[in-house]
Amino acid sequence: MMGSENADGFEETQLNAPRDEMENLVLGVDDDGPLKKNDVNGDSSNSGYRSAMSTLSNMNDPLSPPPTVITPADSDPLLAPSSFTDFRSIVTKPNTSDNSYIEPPSYADVIFSPFDENSDSEINGAEDSSNRSQSPDSLSRSPSSSSSEYFKITVSSPQKEQDTSNSIVPGGNTYITYQITTRTNLPDFGPSESSVRRRFRDVVTLADRLAESYRGFCIPPRPDKSVVESQVMQKQEFVEQRRVALEKYLRRLSAHPVIRNSDELKVFLQVQGKLPLPMTTDVASRMLDGAVKLPKQLFGEGGASAVPVHEVVQPARGGRDLLRLFKELRQSVSNDWGGAKPPVVEEDKEFLEKKEKMHDLEQQIINASQQAESLVKAQQDMGETMGELGLTFIKLTKFENEEAIFNSQRTRATDMKNLATAGVKASRFYRELNSQTVKHLDTLHEYLGMMMAVQGAFADRSSALLTVQTLLSELSSLQARAEKLEAASSKVFGGDKSRIRKIEELKETIKVTEDAKNVAIREYERIKENNRSEVERLDRERRADFMNMMKGFVVNQVGYAEKISNVWAKVAEETSQYDREKQSS
Amino acid sequence: MESTEQPRSVSGSMQSPRSPPSQPYLSVSVTDPVKLGNGVQSYISYRVVTKTNFPEYQGPEKIVIRRYSDFVWLRDRLSEKFKGIFIPPLPEKSAVEKFRFSAEFIEMRRAALDIFVNRIALHPELQQSEDLRTFLQADEETMERFRFQETGIFMKKPADLMQMFRDVQSKVSDAVLGKEKPVEETTPEYEKLKHYIFELENHLAEAQKHAYRLVKRHRELGQSLLDFGKAVKLLGACEGEPTGKAFSDLGTKSELLSIKLQKEAQQVLMNFEEPLKDYVRYVQSIKATIAERGTAFRQHCELAETTKLKEINLDKLMLTRSDKVGEAEIEYRETKAESEEATRRFEMIVRRMNEEIVRFQEEKTEEMGVAFHQFAKGQARLANGIADAWRALLPKLESASSV
Repeated sequence: MMGSENADGFEETQLNAPRDEMENLVLGVDDDGPLKKNDVNGDSSNSGYRSAMSTLSNMNDPLSPPPTVITPADSDPLLAPSSFTDFRSIVTKPNTSDNSYIEPPSYADVIFSPFDENSDSEINGAEDSSNRSQSPDSLSRSPSSSSSEYFKITVSSPQKEQDTSNSIVPGGNTYITYQITTRTNLPDFGPSESSVRRRFRDVVTLADRLAESYRGFCIPPRPDKSVVESQVMQKQEFVEQRRVALEKYLRRLSAHPVIRNSDELKVFLQVQGKLPLPMTTDVASRMLDGAVKLPKQLFGEGGASAVPVHEVVQPARGGRDLLRLFKELRQSVSNDWGGAKPPVVEEDKEFLEKKEKMHDLEQQIINASQQAESLVKAQQDMGETMGELGLTFIKLTKFENEEAIFNSQRTRATDMKNLATAGVKASRFYRELNSQTVKHLDTLHEYLGMMMAVQGAFADRSSALLTVQTLLSELSSLQARAEKLEAASSKVFGGDKSRIRKIEELKETIKVTEDAKNVAIREYERIKENNRSEVERLDRERRADFMNMMKGFVVNQVGYAEKISNVWAKVAEETSQYDREKQSS
Repeated sequence: MESTEQPRSVSGSMQSPRSPPSQPYLSVSVTDPVKLGNGVQSYISYRVVTKTNFPEYQGPEKIVIRRYSDFVWLRDRLSEKFKGIFIPPLPEKSAVEKFRFSAEFIEMRRAALDIFVNRIALHPELQQSEDLRTFLQADEETMERFRFQETGIFMKKPADLMQMFRDVQSKVSDAVLGKEKPVEETTPEYEKLKHYIFELENHLAEAQKHAYRLVKRHRELGQSLLDFGKAVKLLGACEGEPTGKAFSDLGTKSELLSIKLQKEAQQVLMNFEEPLKDYVRYVQSIKATIAERGTAFRQHCELAETTKLKEINLDKLMLTRSDKVGEAEIEYRETKAESEEATRRFEMIVRRMNEEIVRFQEEKTEEMGVAFHQFAKGQARLANGIADAWRALLPKLESASSV
């Protein structure tokens, strides 16, 4: 899929005519013009695996509206390891209208239903019911969501826009905006349909804000900022990939039971006009602010050295408080080097185990996903070669018929034609099988993204813990200092004015720090709880999704194996006169 | 391969149960490949078993040991002596050392050699060949001697040598006289045949190429199923129940199917790709025959022309009552005899080829029919096996997910 919808539409219409021709040819009409490879495979075989593809889900109707609908990403920037990016690009365009001429075998209905309904929902809109309320990218699970909920986000029509403000360069910055359309009947959302224009930077802001507000949650990771090598990809392709990635991301957000109701998401989806720039976009300016504050903190102007309580609920990293950053860094080092262990260490062990397990799981998902990719490729290759073989025999058939002098040649031509027809049919089935397989095994990919989200949640917990530990050790050192001062000043007869003043200040700092510590502990506990419930939810959903994946995969294999078997059984029947096993020798 | 069976004669005559009392038969089998020799010089030897009631043969059954180069010798001898007949093709000599002794390669070669000999044995003309008798009956030492002599000039009869000489001569004189274009038959039927054969080779080569790729695809799919199965099992080990067990079952099935695919790959190679390759070789053998026919035609034309010239010369000499007349007459008669011989040879080739073409087409239709049938059956069986295997998994998955 080289980007534009026009290309897709064209390709689809092109598919239909030649196929009819093809079938006529195969069914024995001897006229026909030159045979194109395209007739059989629907694509030039040069398109290969690296070419972008489209409409895997558009299984039913080649005349359905051009894809603004489900189009799995060709390369999903969400997935860090680049080897996965070709997973979905492996499948070239399937010949989608085959359903019409193939008699459904025993599993036909079951094969097509889970995804058919999803594609239909694009067209039928609000008719979509119960389980489909979640984005079609996440597979339907056993009904956990309430019935008749509907939340559908679409990202479309990328447009170039000009950045008119503070442009140093004349002709200025251009950037791309995307139209984001939301259809929902959730009560919390205002209008049932809204449409806004957003740029990628706004998405980054959204992601950052969600990360701040929902610490401890498994928040789906946003698409990468990284720009793709311009030699490899055209701008158009990149924009299209990004559009797809954004759509996936937003749909995943809307699938999360807690985040879907967040203000941040609502604002993003519904508030018209340009979103304000966040305070913290610029790393440099953040550092600058922090650097300005630092001397004040170090030279101890009153409470300036204490962590402002409200900031405690945010991680140190990424904030302005350099001093806090240093302290927490020091604390983490001392933790590592076996310094005084804070009381939370027991739970930590359990947490570390869980983390380890998650890591293992992630590894295995990666591995399985890679092998799934190979499997898909192998199925694709099989289909392609089968098709080429069929095509070659069709040419041979034609040749023998044209040049036939003997009847034996005509007989052979007939036999070859039967074989060729079967080969072509089988080839189509392999490709259909494959596009379905991709959809099913895609679940593995999806969960790779979710594993990253889990890592994020765990990181939140670790950093919250670090904050607590830092505050605890700071508290204890402050108290130690206070004790020392008191001891010293009690030795001075009549009071030591300067020391007493210092003690007062110190006690105040201690009180503030104490408060901060309590807040930090509460925050830590809250995040721990978020972790726990999220991981539990994730485990549950993952298991259900994996079960569905396996079922779908297996049903698919059975259905198509049956179809393919029938095709060849027919040929075996047609050539039964050559059966040497039956004849007595 | 063997002639149709008939019931044992009532008189209870002592004949082998397979041989009908009076019909002539010659049946050969190539079996038991054995590796002999050491290192670089090692080779495969085969057991060739002949059963026959042909009177020219030494007995009802004979067993000899032969190697690949013996078969090559036989093919070369037959090509020389039976011009016009499409000599059955031999499997290629494999250059790759590593592959030469793989079990698959050896089996495929054995099967191909078996077909080769049997085609000869069943051919009405070829089966009468003395060289065939030598091949099937001579002891190993004699065979080896024959084999070594084959390549030399020594085996060529004087007449053959003279012909070779004349070929060169005529080529030179053609060039000298400016006759660059060789003389060729141009009848429309023959043109059509040549065109057909050359085109056919292209088509078949392409078909064979794709067939071979298909074999590879089977192997690749098998391998990927194996890897996928393993990966899925590992994933299952990370997950709790019931997902873990489901993954484990899935993985096991996948591994099982991988084996089926490898097996089918081998079947497709032997029963589909190999026959196509054989078809290609056969067509190449026909091309060789076409070349022979071309040579024979040229000789026939040239000798006819030479004869004519000598006749004219003779007449001239007779008119002038030269004393060279006697010599010239002898020359003339000799040339005429050669010319008639060349014409006979050419016409025999034409006659044979016409018969051979019919045979060829019929045989090929039969052989390809068998190949297609086996291929289709194999594919159907494979697909059924796959369907059954996956289907068996479904109830387990259903019950697991309803937990």
